[in-house]
Amino acid sequence: MTTELVVTGQARRRGIPSRARREPLLRRIVLRSPVYLVLLVASVLALLPFAWMVIASTHTTSDLFVSPLPLLPGGEFWQNLGRLQESVGFGQVMLNSILVAVLYTVFSSIISVMCGYGLANYRFRGRGVLMGVVLVTMMIPMQVLLVPLFQMMASAGWIDSFQALIIPFLANAFGIFLMRQGFLDFPATLIEAARIDGASELRTFYRIVLPVARPQIAALIIYTFISQWNSFIWPLLMLNSEDKYTIPVALNTMIGLSRVDYSGLMLGSLLATLPLFLLFLVFQKQFVAGLLGGAVKG
Amino acid sequence: MTASLLTRERGTRRAPGYPRPGSRRSGGRLAGRLQRPGMWFALPAAVLLVVFFAYPLATSLLQSFFSTKGGESTFVGLDQYLRLFRDPLVLKSLGTALLILVIQVPIMIALAVGLAYLLNQAWVRFRSGFRLITFLPAITTLVAYSVVFRVMMTTDGGALNQILGVFGAGPIDWLNNEWWARVAVIASITWRWTGYNMVIILAGLQAIPPELYEAARIDGAGRWQTFWHVVVPQLRPVLIFTIVTSTIGALQLFDENFILTGGGPNNATLTPVLYLYKVGFQQFDFGYADAIAWMLVILTAIIAVIQFRILREKP
Repeated sequence: MTTELVVTGQARRRGIPSRARREPLLRRIVLRSPVYLVLLVASVLALLPFAWMVIASTHTTSDLFVSPLPLLPGGEFWQNLGRLQESVGFGQVMLNSILVAVLYTVFSSIISVMCGYGLANYRFRGRGVLMGVVLVTMMIPMQVLLVPLFQMMASAGWIDSFQALIIPFLANAFGIFLMRQGFLDFPATLIEAARIDGASELRTFYRIVLPVARPQIAALIIYTFISQWNSFIWPLLMLNSEDKYTIPVALNTMIGLSRVDYSGLMLGSLLATLPLFLLFLVFQKQFVAGLLGGAVKG
Repeated sequence: MTASLLTRERGTRRAPGYPRPGSRRSGGRLAGRLQRPGMWFALPAAVLLVVFFAYPLATSLLQSFFSTKGGESTFVGLDQYLRLFRDPLVLKSLGTALLILVIQVPIMIALAVGLAYLLNQAWVRFRSGFRLITFLPAITTLVAYSVVFRVMMTTDGGALNQILGVFGAGPIDWLNNEWWARVAVIASITWRWTGYNMVIILAGLQAIPPELYEAARIDGAGRWQTFWHVVVPQLRPVLIFTIVTSTIGALQLFDENFILTGGGPNNATLTPVLYLYKVGFQQFDFGYADAIAWMLVILTAIIAVIQFRILREKP
């Protein structure tokens, strides 16, 4: 009993799983290969639609439905891109999506960070009510607001405008909550030290709090950007003119055309995924934190 | 009786200004003196929440008691809500949500737990590579991946049917057959969300203290016993979180079904939100759309309450 404990302890310290030491090689291979098989199958299933998206966007539409399927990228990428530009003005659509997502992310993040900081660090009149409203907003499905917000936008004359996509959702309850939780854990001594040094509240916030809270804010920014980039039902309701479409709305229109341009659709989907993919490559850690939100602490 | 009196008394004897136990740091460190800045920090959000959340929410509740079809507004009381129970399409859309709840969510969570468990084993090589690949579906844009699945699921010569053909399976009419359309939706959502849930569960697995595995081994527990008696109970809160978010997700499903099937064929894949969209913005029956929306609010609230109950219970 005692010796076994010592042995496992040593094995662990050397980074060798103790169970592995006791099992002969052949048995290990037999036991482990099914695991790799499962992981391999899962990986292939996960990657298949991506692979097909890339392959399909570089072939003509008719190539996509013949047997056997093309297994390598073809040479039709530029033609497809040209057709995509011609049919739905994809350059403009991409610009619209980027513009709306960036503007929304900038303003919504500022508001979330400020409100979260205010809720976490000060006691003021109405704070409890505001916190309650934030919690309720998080619980209530956004779809409840579709009809009344639509009517509000219609009477404000904001239909078919970018501000209708951006302004109604600027106060993002989930973002506020995320920031509040983050700032509750913020080292209080830092803030107090700044106050003792005579810094104003705003200066403390700007010079001390923001730089230290950078990783959390990065996660918030990414979360906000993704949610706006993915947004579909609201832009679908708001936008009428093609030159204002965002990517999801443009993709939806392409499906509705009488002759569906499948390779164009696949290229459009690829281009819609690309910004999130690049964001993921650069900011993997913050990306995952932002995507998971409050699911897991730390 | 005595006990509750005792506890209440203990509560009142708390030193003034001392944070209430349980509420972390209880807000302001410099309470009172710094009222104003806090208010300024929160003001923009507060104004926006009142204008674009509280006000439309109240409007939608009020409007759900009116009949608004044809531009005229007449008070009908609870009629719109009673209509919900008689509307076969409401039942059908709830059925779709229920189907996803009962079939898709368990499959997805089981897959996510399995993958996370395997990818948490120290001896698995290329762990981070496998994690990355299986997580990739979670970073695709909802509409874009739905479009890709729709193209892949084309009946004549679509990529999926051609792959099935290689294995000798006949072409499947994915999007035009009632049951296959449901399978198509379930398969698509599973593809998109399994990796996402896997990462949450993986984080939960990594939070399990290694001593627990050690203790199980000393007690002579095998792999399965360790999994069921150590891993699963420890994962409980994380599992409940993923199940509840998936449940709410199923209730609010829109993008995938709208793009893949449009709710068809024969409303077999109609979701509550898709129905709300059709009632509100194709038939312009705003009052009824609001009633559907409030039905969703109530269902979501019920799920939240159940979640709260289960979370409070200690295993």
